[in-house]
Amino acid sequence: MKIIVAIKQVPLRDSHFRIAASGKWIEESDLSFEINEPDAYALEEALQLREKHGGEVIALCAGPERAQQTIRDALAKGADRAIHIETQDLNALDTLGVAQLLAAAAKPEQADLILTGLQSDDLGAGQTGVVVAELLGIPHSTIIMQAEVRDRVIRVKRELENGWFQHIEMPLPVVLTIQSGSNKLRYATLMGIKKAKNKEVKRITPAELGAESSAAAKIEKIYAPQKSKQTQIFEGDPKAAAAQLVEKLKFEARVL
Amino acid sequence: MSILVILEQHNGQWHRISWETLAAGQQLGVALGLPVEAAIAGKGVEGPASEAATRKLEKVWAVEHDLLEQYTADGHTAAFEELIRKTQPSLVLFPHTYQVRDFAPKLATRFSQVLVSDVIAARNDNGLVLVRQFFQGKLSGDIRPGGSPCFASLQAGAWRADQLETGSAAMETFVPTLDASRIRQKPEPPFRETARAVDLSAAGIIVSVGRGIKEESNIPVVRELAAALGAELAASRPICDAGWLPMERQVGSSGQTVAPKIYIAVGISGAIQHLVGMKGAKTIVAINKDPNAPIFEVADYGIVGDLFEVVPALVEALKKAKG
Ligand SMILES: Cc1cc2nc3c(=O)[nH]c(=O)nc-3n(C[C@H](O)[C@H](O)[C@H](O)COP(=O)(O)OP(=O)(O)OC[C@H]3O[C@@H](n4cnc5c(N)ncnc54)[C@H](O)[C@@H]3O)c2cc1C
Repeated sequence: MKIIVAIKQVPLRDSHFRIAASGKWIEESDLSFEINEPDAYALEEALQLREKHGGEVIALCAGPERAQQTIRDALAKGADRAIHIETQDLNALDTLGVAQLLAAAAKPEQADLILTGLQSDDLGAGQTGVVVAELLGIPHSTIIMQAEVRDRVIRVKRELENGWFQHIEMPLPVVLTIQSGSNKLRYATLMGIKKAKNKEVKRITPAELGAESSAAAKIEKIYAPQKSKQTQIFEGDPKAAAAQLVEKLKFEARVL
Repeated sequence: MSILVILEQHNGQWHRISWETLAAGQQLGVALGLPVEAAIAGKGVEGPASEAATRKLEKVWAVEHDLLEQYTADGHTAAFEELIRKTQPSLVLFPHTYQVRDFAPKLATRFSQVLVSDVIAARNDNGLVLVRQFFQGKLSGDIRPGGSPCFASLQAGAWRADQLETGSAAMETFVPTLDASRIRQKPEPPFRETARAVDLSAAGIIVSVGRGIKEESNIPVVRELAAALGAELAASRPICDAGWLPMERQVGSSGQTVAPKIYIAVGISGAIQHLVGMKGAKTIVAINKDPNAPIFEVADYGIVGDLFEVVPALVEALKKAKG
């Protein structure tokens, strides 16, 4: 089975964000980056399916030069090869623009399965996988916890709201968006890291993919969220803060 | 030129964000000077459609087909594509549900558009401006959509269903031309994993723990706080995914919805999927080392600090207060 995993590099979850001078995005120069968490689960699912069914796992990533690190990490964990779509500024594209690049790069591979995370930790649009499926003309399903393949048919466990689930069957090829936490993530081994150095990373530009597009939905301004509540914050010495809080809960909120 | 609001129901049961989205549609209709229509798809949806028609709207479409009885991404996309080509709205609003996440991006792609998802506010500022969150709620941003129709899904709780205006709307049945062979997903009936042994919705006090706890071996830190308060222990999803606490103690959109007197969030960032499960608590307390964590936006009281120092100090203070 040939499996493509679309992965994105995003700032570390615990980053402290500063707004860039343009006011339209964050200042990226002082941030560290990692694989988008749900994409890490998509990669894990792909590696497990390959272990069961044989075949090949291809990591597909659109992003600037720094995304090489995330690609190397995916190869070290066990992806067989990678395709890096080199885009200087991913934010100049909207979801459709990015999906067009990914679809154009995926198409010649004729993969049986394309996996990606259900959303990204930065934009959180939650659409890339679905749009890629539509552009490739293949079926999809989202928020997937498990996948089983038998005779060119895939049966997936999809998460619904409030603790409900559902199984869905589809004929391959398909695109699935994978939910976080569905598997235990593996670590790269020393051997894996060594092997990764010799694995193929094909670099390709948007122009070569013939999929240059501009954004239909533009970010005009980015800013700190407005508070919906007046929050009383206690800072400083933990003991004093704790005592103040207990006082407030007892005499102001009257909930103790 | 109109606004089309897509409503969601399952087996005759409304998804509650449907009404919030309809209220948003009415308000944007006024702001943008556009008539508002609604649509609902399924099999036997005339009943729900006629209920929607008691609201102030131009028209309600009952999108009716045997093949829409069970939700599929292919079926819903095809049905709504046909309706949108017929009615030519300039703005299509959806409730941001799991189902909408599954098909609306595909539908938008059919019109060479993107879905502006999980929108928390909207206004007319020389044209439509949509507000959504970035970085898991740490930042907000204004989006100016281009092209027509614009597709947007609205976050749960961002608009208020009680602001919905009543009225009376025309109802029309629309039968899309669906082809069974083009619906590739074969869905099976929904199921629940295990019976819930713990009902957190009845709890008066909840201490809830998130990834800030770092390791399973640190769980006793919050357990002690729960004991000091006589509280139930709950958690964010990653804690339950990791098996540090059982699934049935998960709070949020894929877990339980709770409304205790006090909800103490310890080392929880406050992602929207968590917030929807606990926003209804009377008093919310957040303990987090990051002053910009979105959990503080809904908190009444907050302590900014390291939970490993703050929580033991809080246990002490509680013991002292009890005397
Ligand atoms: C479809 C879908 C459904 C979901 N359903 C749910 C759901 O039902 N429930 C749910 O909870 N999530 C759900 N999620 C996941 C959600 O998006 C978040 O990823 C999750 O809630 C984050 O959990 P967290 O706050 O514990 O972790 P993080 O976001 O990693 O936050 C950890 C927090 O701990 C703080 N911290 C770290 N160290 C310390 C310290 N020493 N002292 C104090 N604070 C510290 C950090 O500042 C940070 O704010 C869902 C996601 C999706 C996409």
